[in-house]
Amino acid sequence: MTAMGSLILRTATRLLLPLLLLFSLFVLLRGHDEPGGGFIAGLVGATGFALYLFAFDAERTRSLMGVDPRLLLGLGLFAATVSGLPGTLLGHAFYTSLWWTPTLPLLGEVKLSTPLLFDIGVYLVVLGSVMTIVLALAGAEEKAEETTWNR
Amino acid sequence: MEPVMAVVVGILFAASIYMMLRRSIVKLVIGLILLSNAANLLIFTIGGMVRGLPPLIAEGDKLPAGGWADPLPQALILTAIVISFGVLAFAVVLIHRAYEVVQEDDLNKMRSTDT
Amino acid sequence: MSLEVALPIIIPFLAGSLSLVFYRAPLVQRWLGVAGTGALLLASIVLLYRTYTDPDQVLSIAMGGWPAPYGIVLVSDLLGAIMTVLAGIMGFATAVYSLPTISRDHEAFGYYPLMHLLLAGVCGAFLTGDVFNLYVWVEVLLVASFALLILGGERAQMEGAIKYVALNLLSSILLLVAVGLTYGMTGTLNMADLVGRFAAMENQGLVTVVAMLFMVSFGIKAAAFPLFFWLPAAYHTPPVAVSALFAGLLTKVGVYALFRFFSLLFTQDVGYTHEILLWGAGFTMITGVLGAAAQYEFRRILSFHIVSQIGYMIMGLALFSPLALVGGVFYIMHHIIVKANLFLVSGVVYFLRGSYELKHIGGLWRTHPWLGLLFLIPALSLAGVPPLSGFFGKYIIIRAGVEQESWGIVAVALVVGLLTLYSMIKIWAEAFWKAQPEEHEERARAFEAAVSGKRLTLMVLPIGALAAITVFIGLGAQPIYELAYAAAEQMRDPQIYVNAVLGDTQ
Repeated sequence: MTAMGSLILRTATRLLLPLLLLFSLFVLLRGHDEPGGGFIAGLVGATGFALYLFAFDAERTRSLMGVDPRLLLGLGLFAATVSGLPGTLLGHAFYTSLWWTPTLPLLGEVKLSTPLLFDIGVYLVVLGSVMTIVLALAGAEEKAEETTWNR
Repeated sequence: MEPVMAVVVGILFAASIYMMLRRSIVKLVIGLILLSNAANLLIFTIGGMVRGLPPLIAEGDKLPAGGWADPLPQALILTAIVISFGVLAFAVVLIHRAYEVVQEDDLNKMRSTDT
Repeated sequence: MSLEVALPIIIPFLAGSLSLVFYRAPLVQRWLGVAGTGALLLASIVLLYRTYTDPDQVLSIAMGGWPAPYGIVLVSDLLGAIMTVLAGIMGFATAVYSLPTISRDHEAFGYYPLMHLLLAGVCGAFLTGDVFNLYVWVEVLLVASFALLILGGERAQMEGAIKYVALNLLSSILLLVAVGLTYGMTGTLNMADLVGRFAAMENQGLVTVVAMLFMVSFGIKAAAFPLFFWLPAAYHTPPVAVSALFAGLLTKVGVYALFRFFSLLFTQDVGYTHEILLWGAGFTMITGVLGAAAQYEFRRILSFHIVSQIGYMIMGLALFSPLALVGGVFYIMHHIIVKANLFLVSGVVYFLRGSYELKHIGGLWRTHPWLGLLFLIPALSLAGVPPLSGFFGKYIIIRAGVEQESWGIVAVALVVGLLTLYSMIKIWAEAFWKAQPEEHEERARAFEAAVSGKRLTLMVLPIGALAAITVFIGLGAQPIYELAYAAAEQMRDPQIYVNAVLGDTQ
């Protein structure tokens, strides 16, 4: 796996990763009213980290992410589940959407809602699960390579 | 358009079954991937294919003018794609680990749990 | 609107996501496992009580406030509520049983989150009132079961898992195709709405085609003949708590779906579809029990018996008389408890003797007579010895067969009952009665010494509780029978379900 990352790929990745992550956030928030949303945004984000993984290795990707993808998975699932509850507290059915548009200084009117929380949850779940799988595969590969080298 | 799609779906089903009947586990997974794509295309075709008729309602109307494309099959397919994406990702991890453990790609040699 | 119909799905999701968040703290995960499944059990019992006391005996909520048939509804009729309670019981029993039996490695691999996810999928499948939503829940529980099945990653697990994954994916895709065709034909996916739409179809032949697709798909999931091969190849490989959970719940999702679809939706051509089911039931019983007779591994024998017992349930559905349906529902209730309990007992035997091979173990009656007793209760119940639960299940179904004069299937059911007794006696004679074989004595000693009294107590607690339920179902059969009878009444009259779900919109 280490041999895969060429200099060009590494340099490009350093530039592309922040862009991809920013773009994923953009797609996530844009999904509010326009095409986009948590699932596709999560995939875009995961693409960024996966690219980094190809350029460098699993260990560095893990330390770059800072958190274990499983934690993201758990938090996302929790957020998505919880987002159904506020509606029931107000006496509506489960997963009834609630909208809340406070006006903040500098930002102007901000649309907050339970679907947004749900979407953020989906984003985290997708990012977390894709990264769990990719890191597991890459980790296994690297371990296999190490053992062949040591033989 | 529908007859063409029907033929395409049929070919996909046939190809996937052919792949699944091979002995190699890699080909088995390829067969499953083809099969899920075939199923998605099938739903897409069944939903009715129309061109240039988005299901958007003009302001003040109660129905879109001049017919519309049914959005539900597309929602179904999207969900199905997401699910099959997850499941197939798992299947790939599985065959990778199975290959590591068994050191064999041939389903005929994976019979220790059969009876 | 009431939340209780959704709670059996929400609780496992919350518990599962929280145990993922605490992935580094096994202790928290264990407590969440017990607390989450305990809460699930409570919620499901409340749900069953509410459903039973409801005037319609059907509760439904529309998710997100979108009314049926446009939105997704969760429906709890008696069949669904009963199944949910059983899922709650199984979840709680296995969560307690997991405490002493699931190793640290398995916990680190994510055993507890996956268990919760599996339960969420199972409860979702039992409670949904939407065909496509059913597919989604089935996939949720399948993904969880895939990962649980390879927990530990041994060779046998991998080989079993490939077959399990391939065949179950095939069945899911068939289900998806059937769902797509259903939508194409009727333009709706709501089960209650489908009842009227299918009946109004001009071309009833097409309905039967879709019915057969559903039958094959759920047949694979229920492990009915001739689609059961994945089950005995896979069920004996994972850690025993997982085996028990699978044995109790997974195939029963397929059986539940068959009951749901072929009592609610596809009753137009009973002479054709239910005749096929009847033949399938007969062959399922025979092949399962004969497969078990040839085995000498504890969990493999039990796996084949799952297959043969599925036959009884499908027989209840296939005969489709009021009494037969009662028998089918009663049998499901009895079977889930008993079969999972037998797997749990096999786990204790393993931890005391170090092997599942009957030829390598023995002498348990001498050293652990109480375990023998706890084995005998579910084993004799499975074989149908009165006054245990299995006797009444078999009695009702066979009586229904006699009333319809289907002598062939009645004969099969009786013979299979005898052969089941033979298998159970075989396990009894080998594992409990005969002396421990000398060549394997060392390993048995080492295993027995490694099990502390506290661990053993934790393992035996759920087994004892499930055995008590078995005895209760047997001795107090009347209230359970009445419950099953009410559920069967609902299945006989789809209009109750339709009216409750669609309500005023009709």
